[in-house]
Amino acid sequence: MTDSNSLPARLEEIVNDFEVCEGREKLEMLLDYARSFPPFPGYLQRPDEMEEVPECMTPVQMAAEVKDGALYYYFLVPEESPTVRGYAALMMEGLKGSTPEQVLAIPADFYLRMGLQHVLTAQRLNGMAAILAHVKRRAATELN
Amino acid sequence: MTAYAHPEVLVDTEWVAQHLNDPQVRLVESDEDALLYETGHIPGAVKVDWFTTLQHPVRRDFLTKEEFETLCSSLGIANDTTVVFYGDKSNWFAVYAFWLFEYYGHQDRRVMNGGRAKWVSEGRMLTTTPLAYPPTTYHATGPAKDIRAFRDDVMRHLESHQPLVDVRSTKEYTGELLHMPGYPQEGAQRGGHIPGAVSIPWSQAVQEDGTFKSPAALRDLYQAHGITPDKDTIAYCRIGERSSHTWFVLKYLLGYPKVRNYDGSWTEWGNLVGAPIEKGEGA
Repeated sequence: MTDSNSLPARLEEIVNDFEVCEGREKLEMLLDYARSFPPFPGYLQRPDEMEEVPECMTPVQMAAEVKDGALYYYFLVPEESPTVRGYAALMMEGLKGSTPEQVLAIPADFYLRMGLQHVLTAQRLNGMAAILAHVKRRAATELN
Repeated sequence: MTAYAHPEVLVDTEWVAQHLNDPQVRLVESDEDALLYETGHIPGAVKVDWFTTLQHPVRRDFLTKEEFETLCSSLGIANDTTVVFYGDKSNWFAVYAFWLFEYYGHQDRRVMNGGRAKWVSEGRMLTTTPLAYPPTTYHATGPAKDIRAFRDDVMRHLESHQPLVDVRSTKEYTGELLHMPGYPQEGAQRGGHIPGAVSIPWSQAVQEDGTFKSPAALRDLYQAHGITPDKDTIAYCRIGERSSHTWFVLKYLLGYPKVRNYDGSWTEWGNLVGAPIEKGEGA
């Protein structure tokens, strides 16, 4: 068993897609996710910011709903932050319908396999790390 | 004081709109977000990225002079080109690029007042059409050491009680905020500020629409904190981008002759073993 087996199936596919393409293609793919960023569902209450965000960083808001024990995440990210919108969109897609246990089992550095650090720099992956930390925090509340 | 000290460094969005096809002018978009340019940019504008194009790929430093020459050549920028910078977040990274172009001696540098957000809010055109310009032969000069401060300069500065401006948010200045959970790589080991530094968050220099405040308002803002034109001033933030914004305001809009940007900023100082730090409200 490799640790890739600990990712939800759709997230595993997405990570693989990034892994096999090179350089500029990785950015194009992330941009495609940013462009397909879905609107926030109107029936959900507009969430508070995940936490106070200092001025250098992009404000990200998240909400989740649970259907039959599976999680569905939704995000709000400003349009002028396509990189973070891309991260949020791929996480929304990759985690759709996962159980809280599956979300909590995701390795904290799973996204390094995507190789975005080589084209964006490691610092710019902080947004991804933060989003992962928040989806996990939300998943943990389902198990308490 | 009714006018900026060097008004020629600012152009407005209308000026840019009138010069879209001017071969003497090169628009350069410099954003915090790595992909924003790709979602649409001003027609004819080229992209620089503060991280992946302006910094050295290995060391923590800017491009070398030779690498800077290669960059300018690849962007179709000649020594006599009028380079107009604009970007997101009230031009933080646009001014950071402006600062680097001054460091390597590019003469004709301007900033589009209000940045990308103002252009967009006015409903002006953006395009995703890829473009390339014929390479130029570019000769850089410098570096202009009088606009950059290193940690030893800062140490001497604080020991001789000369003015330091901390342009980060108040909570970063007091030390309440070290870094955000999940963002450890942009943090520092210690929180607080350089002893004696005054807190003037960069954003106080701009208005709601991202354009700079009036000359009188800017003068009052900095002079109220003892930052006056007769002194040698060093500005810093966390990684040197917000402080290049303040450097620009002090040097070009208010005409202060001696201002440096400490680009090592808090991510260097807050990690330096033994460096003096002050916490709380401070000066």
